[in-house]
Amino acid sequence: MVSTARTPGGARLARLGRGLLSHILLITVAALFALPFLWLLITSLKTRNQVFTDPLIWVPHPVMWSNYVEAVTAPGFPYLRLLGNTVFYTTMSTIGMVLSSTVVAYAFARMAFRGRDTLFGLTIATMLLPSVVLLIPTYVLFRTLGWVGSYLPLIAPMWLGGAFNIFLLRQFMLGIPNDLTDAARVDGAGDLTILWRVVVPLTRSAIIVVALLHFLWTWNDFMGPLIYLDEAAEAPLVLGLYTFRGTFGGQPEWHLMMAATMLAIAPIIVLFFFTQRYFIEGMTFTGLKGA
Amino acid sequence: MATTVTRKPAQARPWLSKQLRNDLRAYAFISPWLLSLVVFTGYPMLATIYFSLTDYTIVQPPQWVGLENYQRMFTADPQFWPAVWNTTFYAVISVPLSLVVALGLALLLNQNVRGVGIYRTIYYLPTMVPAVAGALLWTVILDPQNGLLNSMLESVGLPGPGWLKSAEWSKPALILMALWAGTGSAMLIFLAGLKDIPQTLYEAATIDGASSWQRLMRITLPLLTPTIFFNLIMGIIASFQVFGQILASAGSGGTVGPLNSLLMYMVLLYRSAFRSFEMGYASALALVLFVFLVLLTMLVVRSSRHWVYYEGEHPG
Repeated sequence: MVSTARTPGGARLARLGRGLLSHILLITVAALFALPFLWLLITSLKTRNQVFTDPLIWVPHPVMWSNYVEAVTAPGFPYLRLLGNTVFYTTMSTIGMVLSSTVVAYAFARMAFRGRDTLFGLTIATMLLPSVVLLIPTYVLFRTLGWVGSYLPLIAPMWLGGAFNIFLLRQFMLGIPNDLTDAARVDGAGDLTILWRVVVPLTRSAIIVVALLHFLWTWNDFMGPLIYLDEAAEAPLVLGLYTFRGTFGGQPEWHLMMAATMLAIAPIIVLFFFTQRYFIEGMTFTGLKGA
Repeated sequence: MATTVTRKPAQARPWLSKQLRNDLRAYAFISPWLLSLVVFTGYPMLATIYFSLTDYTIVQPPQWVGLENYQRMFTADPQFWPAVWNTTFYAVISVPLSLVVALGLALLLNQNVRGVGIYRTIYYLPTMVPAVAGALLWTVILDPQNGLLNSMLESVGLPGPGWLKSAEWSKPALILMALWAGTGSAMLIFLAGLKDIPQTLYEAATIDGASSWQRLMRITLPLLTPTIFFNLIMGIIASFQVFGQILASAGSGGTVGPLNSLLMYMVLLYRSAFRSFEMGYASALALVLFVFLVLLTMLVVRSSRHWVYYEGEHPG
């Protein structure tokens, strides 16, 4: 960065060259990452006969906006219903996760009680547990309860908190100066009041991070809906997309499939564009604490 | 005010000590999580071990069979070793490759150039795409005849492989998909690690005449080893559980991919549990994967003493 420029002109030229090279590299890589998205969009607007051609067709003609209408009205892909289901269950799951994790994190961060450190250690240990080892008994449990085929197995456990989110929120809460909570306590505030009035407002950004990461994780989860909602009429988007692929057998109508795929990822991409600061903060934090 | 605050607990002392009341209140706060630990972690963990020693089809109660499931897995199931091989092949190549790519992207983004935020967004975007959707869109791109990639390869005179339609190229196709969709998180974590390296180190090295390559090898990489370590473990755990992409691109019935070349461990487990409802056998599969991942993680953790640099320690 700090070039000890003995020849100011030459150094500036070298820096300019390096900057140009950086930009060319950055743009090339960006093109590589963006191209599949572009191709998805292009393919979704083609006629059936234009999907696989030699040479490639880059500009669909005619532009088949009707593919989207056809995909949405196809019996295999009731888009609005799928979208509604996804929004419903993802929101319910996220509300429960945020509420419970916040309360539990507060206790770990701000209350002194016997067994706290042991329980917190246990919480961290469960973060490393691959979920596959819990999968089958959990399924059997929900089947015994008669919940398979409903959204309950995907929502109810989330209302009890999640290890990673508790951990993340606790770390943030530990950073709140004791003076603030002590002052509230002297004024006669109980723990719930302190949590709600003092701690939550100061942990706002961490709570948003937790909510967004969990929302995205739930939205994109495939295994859960697959095993609990496989034969259910009301599927979420990702499962609906998978089922739609299945309805075609060996020879899918790829132009319709791509329109459906586009519709399935569009909401999450839009959400990302509006909230990416939090996503990036959250991921960054994950890494720093893990390392 | 102050007197009332101190007097209140004294009045309550006769039947509940202050300490006990504190504990009870705290446990009320963490009670949802305690319930979760017992019902959704502790119990399933133990039940998996028990189920794995039984024949269990859900409709009938578990029948004790001892180690039969394990015996079947290692000696009789014709799909177990192919699944182990496919998954290992995929993990061994995709994990290091993804790490290198993620690090490369992070280094690229760690420059002081204009508009770096936009590039970061574009590089991270594929990470947001559900695995099923990503696999579908790549199936179109990787079409052997007239897919985007092969058409582009042919236009520069390279022969396009069969990708998902060929037994040799289906796993490389999957790895390619993972490079697009699976590097974003590691990239951001690397980027955060890079930002944590003190600028003064680079300045000092530059004054001493170190080239940018030397700065990368002597400062950046050593100081980034804790982050590499973290991403390595996360990458290993995720890659051995690859699942959604497989089902979307190759289905779960019959042969998975040409000549079963995409039959991954999780697909085998899913089929055993939720297609043939052999819960005992599937539990044994889950437990073997779990023990394997624990051992592998421990191996990486042990090895980390030799290559991970932690601040405050003095290497050598």
